[in-house]
Formats: sequence, C-alpha cells, structure tokens
Amino acid sequence: MLGVIADIKKDYIKKLLEEGKRLDGRGLDDYREIEIRKNLYATAEGSAVVSLGGTQVAAGVKMILGEPYSDMPNRGVLTTSAELVPLASPTFESGPPRPPAIEIARVVDRGIRESGCIDTEKLCITEGEKVWIVFLDIHVLDYDGNLFDASTLACISALLNAKMPKVEDGKAIYGERSGSLPMADKPISTTYAKIGSAIAVDPYLEEEQVLDARLTITTTKKGEICAMQKGEGGGFTAEEVLNTIDRGIEKAKELRKLL
Amino acid sequence: MKKEGVKLFVDGKRLDGRELDELRPIKMEVGVLKRADGSAYLEWGENKILAACYGPREVHPRHMEEADKAIVRVRYNMAPFSVPDRKRPGPDRRSQEISKVTKEALESVVLTHLYPKTVVDVFIEVLQANAGTRCAGITAASLAMADAGIPMRDLISSCAAGKIDGKVAVDMMGAEDNFGEADLPLAIAPQKKEVTLLQMDGNFTRKEFEEAFNMAMKGCLDVYEIQKQALLKKYEV
Repeated sequence: MLGVIADIKKDYIKKLLEEGKRLDGRGLDDYREIEIRKNLYATAEGSAVVSLGGTQVAAGVKMILGEPYSDMPNRGVLTTSAELVPLASPTFESGPPRPPAIEIARVVDRGIRESGCIDTEKLCITEGEKVWIVFLDIHVLDYDGNLFDASTLACISALLNAKMPKVEDGKAIYGERSGSLPMADKPISTTYAKIGSAIAVDPYLEEEQVLDARLTITTTKKGEICAMQKGEGGGFTAEEVLNTIDRGIEKAKELRKLL
Repeated sequence: MKKEGVKLFVDGKRLDGRELDELRPIKMEVGVLKRADGSAYLEWGENKILAACYGPREVHPRHMEEADKAIVRVRYNMAPFSVPDRKRPGPDRRSQEISKVTKEALESVVLTHLYPKTVVDVFIEVLQANAGTRCAGITAASLAMADAGIPMRDLISSCAAGKIDGKVAVDMMGAEDNFGEADLPLAIAPQKKEVTLLQMDGNFTRKEFEEAFNMAMKGCLDVYEIQKQALLKKYEV
C-alpha cells in the first residue's frame, strides 16, 4: 500500500533525520497543518473531514436502534470500519477491506472504546432489548501518510458533533434530533515513525515509505494511555518506547485543543 | 414509485422553490486531491461528490490489457454515511450497474488509441447523496479526467429529467425522485450533442418523453458551461 521511493531520496531522508531534520522542514515533534471541517454531510448523524498536510480523511457517524450484546445488555454498541478507497491513492485497490484498513479501523476503535469516551450506558433504550448501535465509518480521501492520527481525529470530531435522532415509542425519528452523544472524553492518537535512530511524529508518505517501525499511542484527557499499536518490522528499545509515550502524551494535549 | 398523499408542488413551485426547468445550484472545483492525477469535487443540490482519475497507467490484472488501446475503468462507490439509512460498505448491484454505464458514457470520448496497454482508472465517491448521484458522478468524473490531462475529444456532461405529479421536470431532488413517476438520466458529449448515457424508469407517454429528453439535454448543456468554468478557473492567474 506504500508504493516505491527512490533510494537516493530514502538515504537523504535518513541522513537528515540523523541530524534531527526532516525533508519537509518540520521538527521531530511537529505535526503538519491540521484542519477539521465539521458536519459537512447532512445524511450522517455527525461527520468530520480532517486534513493533515496532504492527507484527508472523512468520518461519519450513523445510528440505528438494535439489540445489545447479551453480555452487555444495558450498553450501546460501537462498530468502526475503514475503507481505503482507490480514489485516495494510486496504491489502493478496490475490493473487500485488506489488513491495512482493518488495522486502522481496529486501532481507532480501541482508542475510542477503551478511553470510555462514549458513555454507552446512556445509549440504552430498553435493557436487553433495544440500544443505539453507533456506526463509525472512516473514508480515506487522500493518502499522504499517517492515517491513524487523521482517522482518530476525524472520528472523535464526528462523534463530538453528532446529533442523536429522537426516540419515540421505541422508534428512531431521524428528522428530529435529541441532543449530542454522551461523550465523556476526547482520546487523541499520536503516531511516531522510527527511522534509523530518530523518532519523528506524524510521518508523511515518504517517511512511511522508509520507516523501520511505527508506534501509535492514544491518550485520554487525563493523560492516561488507552490504546497503543506498534507496527512494521523494526524494533524499539524499552527506553525509546517510554520516551515516545511521554512525547505522545504532551503532543496530544496540543491536538485536543483543535477539537 | 407512485406518490400517495405526498405533495410535490407548493403554490405551483417545486418543494425547493424551483421552476420545472430549473437546475439545483451546482458548484465544481478541480484539482482538489494531492495523490490523484486528476480530481474534482462537485456539489449539486444536496449531493456531495469527489472524483479522481489515475492514469494512463499499467493494467492490473494484466489479462484486462488491450494491445491496441487504453481501457477505461470506473468505480462508483457510496460512503456508508452518504445516505439516511447507513449503506453497507462495498459494491452492491446498483453501484456495479452505475459503474458500468458510467464507464461506457465516459469511454466514448477518450482517445484510447494513444495509450495502448494502459488503463485510465476513474473513481467516484459519493459522500452525501440526494437524488441524481449518477449524473453528478459522471459530470465530476469527466472533470477529473480532464484535470488529469487525459486526451479527450470532448467533456461528458450529465443531467436527468423526470415526471413529478404528472409534470415533466428537470433534475429531481430526493423527495421528487422517491415519489416521482419517471426518471430519465442522460449524459452527452456536448459538442455534437451525442448521447453517451441514457436510462429510464417509470412511465412516459411518447410526448412526455420528448419533452423530458429535451429538458435533460438542455440541463446537460448548462452543466457543460459550469464544467468549462471550473477547468478554466484552475488556470486563472
């Protein structure tokens, strides 16, 4: 899904990073420019499009009434999916979701679920019978690296801006809204690329093409960690992991202000 | 679907205040995506659509390759959140049919002989839908192809007409489409007014068909003007 990159460019990116510099001029802890556009799509209960440099991700929230899981009869259900549609990159192909799309959906899902940011008990209509099922759909529009962070931002923003349909006599009335989703937190994911000995936040496409390993850290408002994912073949030392977590917790505070 | 007890006209005007021969507001912009070779964003009434073009590029799988010309492939896809009832991700029968007729509508103007053994891939993503997404998709796709610099002998412009409450009208919006009596999507290569897509469902008399056809044709030509403006705008200094 990454495509090719010239060896000479690869070497240059690595060489610059050894000096603490990046090819696009950013520092190791700088994100690219972030723009969040909210509720662009009226057919969704809530939506957001996030641009992270050249990356663009849309997320939409749809809600339907359905049955709860039997082991959690008084809780609403969250279902997260991601589509890497071929419109977004010459390296994406149509067809059922492949492992990269599934990984993104699952990592975003864990961050949201484990942060407890949606108070799912408040999504229960009738215990054991009827609860809200929240579909969170990630639609990648332009792929220029770091889909994890762009997707999490888009999802949280879509959830925060969603308006729930009204419920009357156990039926959803989609034309009328009954207020926001019960949101208790704003989890933020921060993704770091290890390239040689350097570890840089928010890798853009070319950095993703050369990185040895990737680490995504999702943190809550309180600065606690709610989800992590290490990716690709390279490794991190214990010290690098701890150090990167500290950087991620700090960085997340900045990003959270954008919501 | 025939309407039952649903009013589609208020004080002689359509639900959104339009006349019978009036299009919804249309906005187009090209070059909106970084990775695509060409791209376009289109808002047509409540429809919001992105199109991208990649190519000419190598054909995968290889067996689809044509020795003497380029092939054109189209994928029309709806985002799960683009419709009131969440759409399951992935192609359904409707999307596959629209992809096929869209491909055929666009292919006719591409100078495919210039790029043998290659493919021009066109992707249409519907992000918000409100009737007429295939026409909007074709219109956006043609712009994305032009933006990618694909050699074409014309653009493709598209617009539909139909029958609501017994009256022929152009460019139906959601409620009109759901409760209207006929729908006629049309796409043309405007320079010779050559029809490259024509579908119809519902019920027209011979006379009504001709009226609707002419109305859709005029709609296509209006769309064509907006397309040209969108392309010119990209190169304004």
